[in-house]
Amino acid sequence: MPAKTYVQTTINGEHVDFLCEPRQSLLECLRDVIGLTGSKEGCNDGNCGACTVVFDGRIVTSCLVLGVEAESKEITTIEGVASPEGLHPVQTAFLENAALQCGICTPGFIVASKALLEQNPNPTEHEIRFWLANNLCRCTGYDKIVRAVQDAAEKMQEA
Amino acid sequence: MTTTDYEPNMVLSNVEYKVVGTRPIRHDGHDKVTGRALYGADFTTAGLLHAKVLRSPHAHARIKSIDPSKALAMPGVRAVVTASDLPPSGDVGKKRERDNILASDKVLYKGHAIAGVAASTAHEAEEAVAAIEVEYEVLPPVTTVEEAMADGAPLLHDDLFTSELGEQTDTASNVAEHFQHRKGDPDKGFAEADVIVEREYRAKTVHQGYIEPHNATALWNSDGRLHVWCSTQGAFTVRDALASILDLPVSQIRVTPMEIGGGFGGKIPVYLEPVAALLSRKTGQAVKMVMSRADVFEASGPTCGSYSRVKIGAKSDGTMTAAEVELAFEAGAYPGSPVGAGAMCALAPYDLENGVVDGYDVVVNKPKTAAYRAPGAPNAAFAVEQAVDELALKLNMDPIELRLKNAAKEGTRRVDGPTFNRVGLVETLEAMRDHPHYSAPLGENQGRGIAIGFWFNIGFDSSVNLAVNADGTVNLTEGSTDIGGTRASISMQAAEVLGIPAEDIRPSVVDTDSIGFTAVTGGSRTTFATGYAAYEAAQMVKQQMIERAASIWDVEADSVSMEDGVIKSTADPELNMSFKELAGQLGRTGGGISASASVSPTGAGGSFSGNIVDLEVDPDTGKTDVVRFTVVQDVGKAIHPSYVEGQMQGGSAQGIGWALNEEYYMNEGGGMVNSTLLDYRMPTSLDLPMIDTVIVEVANPGHPYGVRGVGESNIIPPTPAIANAIQRATGTRLFETPMNPVAIIAAAKANGG
Repeated sequence: MPAKTYVQTTINGEHVDFLCEPRQSLLECLRDVIGLTGSKEGCNDGNCGACTVVFDGRIVTSCLVLGVEAESKEITTIEGVASPEGLHPVQTAFLENAALQCGICTPGFIVASKALLEQNPNPTEHEIRFWLANNLCRCTGYDKIVRAVQDAAEKMQEA
Repeated sequence: MTTTDYEPNMVLSNVEYKVVGTRPIRHDGHDKVTGRALYGADFTTAGLLHAKVLRSPHAHARIKSIDPSKALAMPGVRAVVTASDLPPSGDVGKKRERDNILASDKVLYKGHAIAGVAASTAHEAEEAVAAIEVEYEVLPPVTTVEEAMADGAPLLHDDLFTSELGEQTDTASNVAEHFQHRKGDPDKGFAEADVIVEREYRAKTVHQGYIEPHNATALWNSDGRLHVWCSTQGAFTVRDALASILDLPVSQIRVTPMEIGGGFGGKIPVYLEPVAALLSRKTGQAVKMVMSRADVFEASGPTCGSYSRVKIGAKSDGTMTAAEVELAFEAGAYPGSPVGAGAMCALAPYDLENGVVDGYDVVVNKPKTAAYRAPGAPNAAFAVEQAVDELALKLNMDPIELRLKNAAKEGTRRVDGPTFNRVGLVETLEAMRDHPHYSAPLGENQGRGIAIGFWFNIGFDSSVNLAVNADGTVNLTEGSTDIGGTRASISMQAAEVLGIPAEDIRPSVVDTDSIGFTAVTGGSRTTFATGYAAYEAAQMVKQQMIERAASIWDVEADSVSMEDGVIKSTADPELNMSFKELAGQLGRTGGGISASASVSPTGAGGSFSGNIVDLEVDPDTGKTDVVRFTVVQDVGKAIHPSYVEGQMQGGSAQGIGWALNEEYYMNEGGGMVNSTLLDYRMPTSLDLPMIDTVIVEVANPGHPYGVRGVGESNIIPPTPAIANAIQRATGTRLFETPMNPVAIIAAAKANGG
């Protein structure tokens, strides 16, 4: 087995350190080493978006990032979206708009949608669809997901 | 685009209830939006080993030898299993069932499992898999029904003999079965026709495409009991399959269903579970397996590619006089295509005096097909609904009016035998006709297509336990995997009976040791049948609550009623209390109240769907845009309309992908070459418009709230509706899926365009 690398990073605002093999993806490290299983593996080649996390301010598919690249980075996963005060408005909007069925793609969609609304608080339907096009959902046909993001945008603007 | 002058999600409701028909937050919602819900791949336990599968690189080959010695010597490797670790069987059916788990003598598709390797880590297992040496004698593959049915075609199985119209023949063939349904006299019917359309249609193999790959963890404990954790549509189905494959009594197996990341029929069969079990028995430790995306495409699912021929005749006034349908469906490597269901649904929407449907179940060198949302029906409808559309054009009739004129209704006997109970096809067609979409203007290069589809839905066994808590909430325990909101739709039916809010029911999906037998989440049966069990159990709880109140008040039970969560004496209005108050007194008035119901309801009600699709086709490139899409479905009664709409929209999106993009692209060696989510392109958010819905509610008399089941019929109309829209937009009809830009341009050129 190749020697493991010691990685220090920040995940969901907390200092985290872990050991990983050079070949392990960030997704593997999150799920299997650190125990944050909210990010999901659907394809392991960056095409489904179920493992989407925020990586130093950018959304990435964590299956395409190596664990060792997490050194000194700031990462937000689905586990860091809600706060002790409660759900994030995007999470609430997904629930109220029935924007999930099986739920496996939901963490990725919520992380990506939150990032969208932080950059563009009032996106058009096309902008939402364009932004979310790297997140596959096979259950919903996206209608209720797009409506949930529109709803969240509206509620966040009001707040 | 989202500002509309009409209601995008209509509910045409006849009956109002207190809880049924409302839209509460689903009970498992918070877990699923915070990443806390535990799916199969999230499961872990002490001493867990990881395993991977060696898969065939050939579509068709004889296995001459398997040598795992190099793999076994590699670091971290703990055990290797092959078909020789499965119990042998002289029964041909059992042999095939086991051979699909681990191939013994032949591999029949690229991706066919040959060996499993358990190691300390998944990477070590993967490296060891590559070190197993297999010697093959490569054989020519057949990957379509037409190739497989041709004279002199390579045979997948030497011991597969055609069952011909119910008679077992001694003809070794790739055709496992030929059956026929017949009604009336088709020849006479065609003789009476003024217009006849006859065409051939082909559909490519497609995958269910759930985002979560298959997974399983097994622990064969030292007490001899096998415990499996997996993402499945049916924990009891996994238990029964393992019992059959491993020759174990069902009582030796416990299956815990984890949350499931989509299934659509594809997570009914077992693939990894028996391999993980064998490896656990060999190593004495829990073994976890997760498929890669390529494994999912190459070794699970898919649904069939098909050849269909349709001949349909009508009088000049539009009355259909006869129909003839021939369906040849891919079974994959082992018999069992969905042609049976396809043949049941093919002509179901039409009230025909004369009809004949021939079905052929054909093995090909592709993974064994699994169910996919109304399995078989989309292939049949792609053919029949285009033929009916062509008939409408020839008759110069509106395609909805032609369908209304010939619509099946209560009392119509289908060509395949059954007579319809109350069904809502006419109401569905009327809702399509009356929808503002149907009369909206079209833009340049746009065409509007319509089509309809039927799925029969099923009942089968379901069990529910209810237990009243002291705070007035009720624990609901059930065995149906929740793929898309059924904890909510089942709980709501219990809540309706008990007169309490949906939120006061606490649903749990439990393992096979903890609930009565429950069949798969499939066949659109869960809200219907497990909901029925919840209704029955709630009625029992209600009766016990009434009896308890009567005993507290010292009155006769038949003088006590319970409505809207309030228990009261009909004789003395002073005597009343809420469900919650009584729940708080149970402990000191005779103990807790609980009830169990196991049901197998026979009154499943079929569901009709229809689509109106506006498609824009770029005449230069053949690129298509779905510019407007409306789905109308008779659901009987929508328990939770938001999740019903979600089913209708999701089925529509899958149908759109099937129509326009998706296919197993095969190379000459018979292998799938597009086994990634980049190359097998399912619709993204950017490919689709909003999907407008109309819920039609024609109550199913076989369910207390009229539920029919909503999961499936919505995937049937999109492929033909889109084909019909392409015809309207371009003047050219396509007879094969996928109708991608290449196919559209090729058809236009062939048509002189």
